[in-house]
Amino acid sequence: MRVPLLLQVLRGSRDPRACSAAEWGRLVQQARRAGLLAELARRLEGAEADLPEGARHALRWARAAKARQDQLLRWELQCLLEALAPLGIPVGLLKGAAYLAAGFAFARGRLFHDIDLLVPAAALQRVERALFVAGYVQVDADPYDQRYYREWMHELPPLQHARRGTLVDVHHGLAPPTSRYAFPAERLFPAMVPLEGTDLPLVPRRLGDEDLVLHAALHLYTESEFRHGLRDLLDLCGLLGEMERRRAEFGGRLVARARALGLARPLYLALRHAAWLLGDARAGALAARLEADAPWAVGVYDACFGRALLPAHPDCEDAFSGLARGLLYVRGHWLRMPLRLLVPHLARKAWRGMKAERTP
Amino acid sequence: MADALAFRVGPWTVRLHTPLPEVRRTAAFLYRDYPRPGPEAFVDYEIALLPGRGGRRWWRPQVRFLFEGQEPFAPLTRAQAYPFFEWGLNWCLAHHTADYLVLHAAVLERDGRALVLPGPPGAGKSTLCAALALSGWRLLTDELGLLSPADGCFHPLPRPVSLKNAAIDVIRRFSSAAALGPSCHDTHKGTVAHLRVPAGAVAALERPARPGRIVFPRFVPGLAGLRAGRLERARALVQLAEQAFNLALLGEAGFEALCALVDGTEALTLEYGDLAPALAWLERAHP
Repeated sequence: MRVPLLLQVLRGSRDPRACSAAEWGRLVQQARRAGLLAELARRLEGAEADLPEGARHALRWARAAKARQDQLLRWELQCLLEALAPLGIPVGLLKGAAYLAAGFAFARGRLFHDIDLLVPAAALQRVERALFVAGYVQVDADPYDQRYYREWMHELPPLQHARRGTLVDVHHGLAPPTSRYAFPAERLFPAMVPLEGTDLPLVPRRLGDEDLVLHAALHLYTESEFRHGLRDLLDLCGLLGEMERRRAEFGGRLVARARALGLARPLYLALRHAAWLLGDARAGALAARLEADAPWAVGVYDACFGRALLPAHPDCEDAFSGLARGLLYVRGHWLRMPLRLLVPHLARKAWRGMKAERTP
Repeated sequence: MADALAFRVGPWTVRLHTPLPEVRRTAAFLYRDYPRPGPEAFVDYEIALLPGRGGRRWWRPQVRFLFEGQEPFAPLTRAQAYPFFEWGLNWCLAHHTADYLVLHAAVLERDGRALVLPGPPGAGKSTLCAALALSGWRLLTDELGLLSPADGCFHPLPRPVSLKNAAIDVIRRFSSAAALGPSCHDTHKGTVAHLRVPAGAVAALERPARPGRIVFPRFVPGLAGLRAGRLERARALVQLAEQAFNLALLGEAGFEALCALVDGTEALTLEYGDLAPALAWLERAHP
């Protein structure tokens, strides 16, 4: 498979300003499918005068959509934190919301789909009640799903604001308790960093520097679906750059923290693939320090992730892309829970899918 | 898969990929006069219309609409394939631009000035629009009015006019020049057929029009004569804002564009039960 245009541009091995109109068409499609059109717009800010008019139109739209989304996110955070302020608990922001509130430059083109919060497990019930009062209700009242989340997952079933439709995930850990990579979430809280200067009703926190990177890696490498995989990989590179600028010898601390939390393997894979797919030298150097934590069949991981992380675009697919996505889907579930739980769960999902097909 | 069909609609290029013969036939008929960009062109919207998955290809067959590899809508029955393409494309065009405020309105031009007919489905704007387009007015759009905040003009996006139920025969009787595509029965809007845009309107794809008059039409079955009224600017602004697809995306620029529109253009209401007097009234009311 040839290296997709989007990857070439992200790596810097291809100057998008030299792309033809038809190539730009494909580039926009690939970026849109990967959720990276706003990122492309961010990178080309001020340098798009000579692009085909259609490309400029798409980038203008992406920029407007991103601005609108940031505005909505800020408002939603305001509402969420107002509801949680009286509880007097530490409230963590994860992923996109944290990057935006922290003002990380690399995330200025990042789109997101929901807001992820991290709260202490002991406060979960109070949090859910406070959010309910503020209008955030369960999206899916199916009793099986409810039980599945509450018993086995590291987050509440997704909440949605009844009128605004915003989706909120309330986490009490970074991995399901039954996961291979589970660790006590209490270990995260002492390292968390307050996000000052946001004008929000309470000062939210983000994960500690190393934990931010570890979460990005863990999230990516325990997922079952990879529609935003490339974006998550870019997040990881962006975070590495951000942290290394702040602190010398960040790499050593990251490696030590990964080993202490038992997350060296997902971190290794994320770094390896960031170096390989995105040409990120920083990630490559760090991956070399984690060689001891590589899985033995690393070639299989490369073959699968090297396909699943690409945008779902005909230019980026080959005969094995479907198989790779399928294998990783099963793997994601298998990492999440032991077989004795997994088999009945997947069987149930499949049965429900078939039933839904039959009743249009 | 068979060759894709690419055509230029207004400021954008659409490419339709589909193996469904009825869709290819109808699209080729309705878009006959549109400019056809070659393979080296930038394509704004790649749309695929595909048969249902698995058994739904044959058994109670379905059709799927794909934009950028995603399915923004649930599949529909195969009988609705062509209207599905037009509806889906409307959604794509309305939600992926920040250059225009997209208003749910029909827009036609005469003597250099645009007549804007906003209205929710069922207000009768499609019927009026089709009849006007067949009586010498230039059709800019039957559904998505592109108002540019930059120049305050409406920009053309002429697409086949979607006619529903009784309106199909009304328009067929109205003019022998009406080129209608096949009727699709049992859609969620009833029977639907599309009117091909007159070649003259397609040829003027690049020519915007300054707003001249805003008329909110309402079809009242059985009404003898017409009931016309004037709409205050503030009310017109609110009603137009309700018909805007992407006002939130454009934010202040969109709001300013709407204000400028109602400041410079008189807004009227028109209730009608019969086509001919309504058309005559619109002719007279046009600046």
